Amino acid sequence: MAELSYREAIAAGIAQEMARDPMVYFIGEDIGAAGGVFKATVGLFERFGPDRVRDTPISEQAIIGAAMGAAMTGLRPIAEIMFSDFLATCWDMIANQIAKTRYMTDGQVALPLVIRTANGGGTRFGAQHSQSLENWAMAVPGLKVVAPSNPADAKGLLAAAVRDPDPVLFFEQKSLYGVKGNVPDGEHVDTLGSAKVLRDGKDCTIVALAAMVPKAMQAAEQLASDGIQATVVDVRSLVPLDTRTILGEVVKTGRLFTVEENPRLCGWGAEIASLAADECFDDLDGPIVRITTPHVPLPAADVLEDAAMPSVERIVATVRKSMR
Amino acid sequence: MRIKAPATGEVERATRLRLYQLMVELRDFEQRAYELFLENLVRGTSHLALGQEAIGAGYGVAMRADDYTFCTYRGHNHTLARGASMGAALAELMGRGNGMLHGKGGSMHLTDVKHGAMGSYAIVGAHLPIAAGAAWSAQVRKSGQVAVCFFGDGTTNIGAFHEALNLAVVWKLPVVFVCENNLYMEYTPIEAVTAVKHPAADRASAYGLESILVDGNDADVMYDIARQTIGKARAGGGPSLVEALTYRHGGHSRADPAQYRPEAEVREWLARDPIKVYRRRLLEAGIGEAEIGDIEARAQQKVDAATEEARGGAPARVDEIERQIWSDGSATWRN
Repeated sequence: MAELSYREAIAAGIAQEMARDPMVYFIGEDIGAAGGVFKATVGLFERFGPDRVRDTPISEQAIIGAAMGAAMTGLRPIAEIMFSDFLATCWDMIANQIAKTRYMTDGQVALPLVIRTANGGGTRFGAQHSQSLENWAMAVPGLKVVAPSNPADAKGLLAAAVRDPDPVLFFEQKSLYGVKGNVPDGEHVDTLGSAKVLRDGKDCTIVALAAMVPKAMQAAEQLASDGIQATVVDVRSLVPLDTRTILGEVVKTGRLFTVEENPRLCGWGAEIASLAADECFDDLDGPIVRITTPHVPLPAADVLEDAAMPSVERIVATVRKSMR
Repeated sequence: MRIKAPATGEVERATRLRLYQLMVELRDFEQRAYELFLENLVRGTSHLALGQEAIGAGYGVAMRADDYTFCTYRGHNHTLARGASMGAALAELMGRGNGMLHGKGGSMHLTDVKHGAMGSYAIVGAHLPIAAGAAWSAQVRKSGQVAVCFFGDGTTNIGAFHEALNLAVVWKLPVVFVCENNLYMEYTPIEAVTAVKHPAADRASAYGLESILVDGNDADVMYDIARQTIGKARAGGGPSLVEALTYRHGGHSRADPAQYRPEAEVREWLARDPIKVYRRRLLEAGIGEAEIGDIEARAQQKVDAATEEARGGAPARVDEIERQIWSDGSATWRN
């Protein structure tokens, strides 16, 4: 085990896959000599050279379109969109082209590509550089959607995404880039579509994603001191979705809370709540409760952003009130 | 700005016969598609390329078997020009299970990857960056393949056009961008909504490319420019942007009677019908009426056989709905 930051784990994951497979190419803005604006790609340009680690113009449609054209003709490209908010500038490429072309051609085309992007708030960047957009991607058939919460998962899930034969949107939570954690030595490859139970408790199940996972874990600690034993599940992958693990934990405790960084409407937790209502209704002992950002763009000022996003305190207070 | 002169006399006889045969086949196919629509056998929408055959034929004949074609929703001709099955194409238009895409794509998405027809894209501009990506792949794989990307005049005003051109030049990609300027952006004259007279050719200099404006209704000219631009790309010379002037004989889509076009303009362009023009040229070159007539009869037979094949197909299978989202053939999103 080596201790790596989340950003170092991302670079290590890309390096591992580029070293393994000469068909893996990496493109994006400032990813080469500059090492990425979040420094998540440091060292790749020096190691793999300007042909395999290519800087692009500020042309998100060209970046994603090029990745698609390359993927359908034999490469396994990784494309970076600097901030997930910029996905809106190339959403046609993602939602209309990449997501649908395999289906529309009844399987004539495979698109083994990864779109990496820095996602989420907590950095005081304001409403156009802070969104949590996993649910946009989840709503489009044909896209796999992954959002790791820690360095080991970041490396292992990124490697799995690169090896996956289908397009994967890989959301890196930018507030986690500096977080350190142990990452297995040597080749590390995880599995898409597998949630993880991080903490076992008998009273309620808290389901969280990405940056909300450490908050849910802290909240669970505090709740334990109040005598509420919470299970915490890290969803990790929204598509495919490990409903077996998630709903299995809901059935065990009879209570479900989701913690979502996204604005309220149509967040990923709404789908999980719907599944639980459909499939675990008789096992539920109380209402399903979603803890989200209010249905607003994220404000910039620290006090406003902190108050808008789900906090440890809000999770604790919400669970406590609901479990009373 | 120069309009390249017809390359009469420079194209070999066998190639000319092939060009004529292909144009007639594309024409007959589109006319048959229209007839089947009138019979209510073709549903949804369709965007016919009647009158624009010389462009797809010129490039189709000049391309190497493993080159890539990317085209638009007005793409029946480009797909068929690569050798895709007419029967499977007509069946797809008719929503049959024996359709090229088993009913999941329809008229606007004809694709035949094994013939290098990498897809028909129905969001204006999207396929230009995708074609650049296929060219990037060919470049780094050193395969010698070239991507040819066809699009309409309206595409030159969307962002993806400019992003793709810039990237293709910066990366010196083996891609040829072919603008089919049929003078109308859907229902609106392109010149009414564009800052320059020649929507593609006048923009070429912005990307350091030669301005190339050609007669898109002349199959010899199209074959000649296809050979030049594909040859340049294959030799590592980078991308080209070609503007081919042409005219669609019908409306934008089947919903459009095209009454916004002046009668004199329509008459003028019908007189420049690429098939009429080329037939005359073949006769002038000493190719006999009998040989030309034979080509025409064979094209008709081919389309008739394709029609029978398509009509004979069962409706698309409902169990296709939840297939081929993923590479394992499934549509599974949960365990």
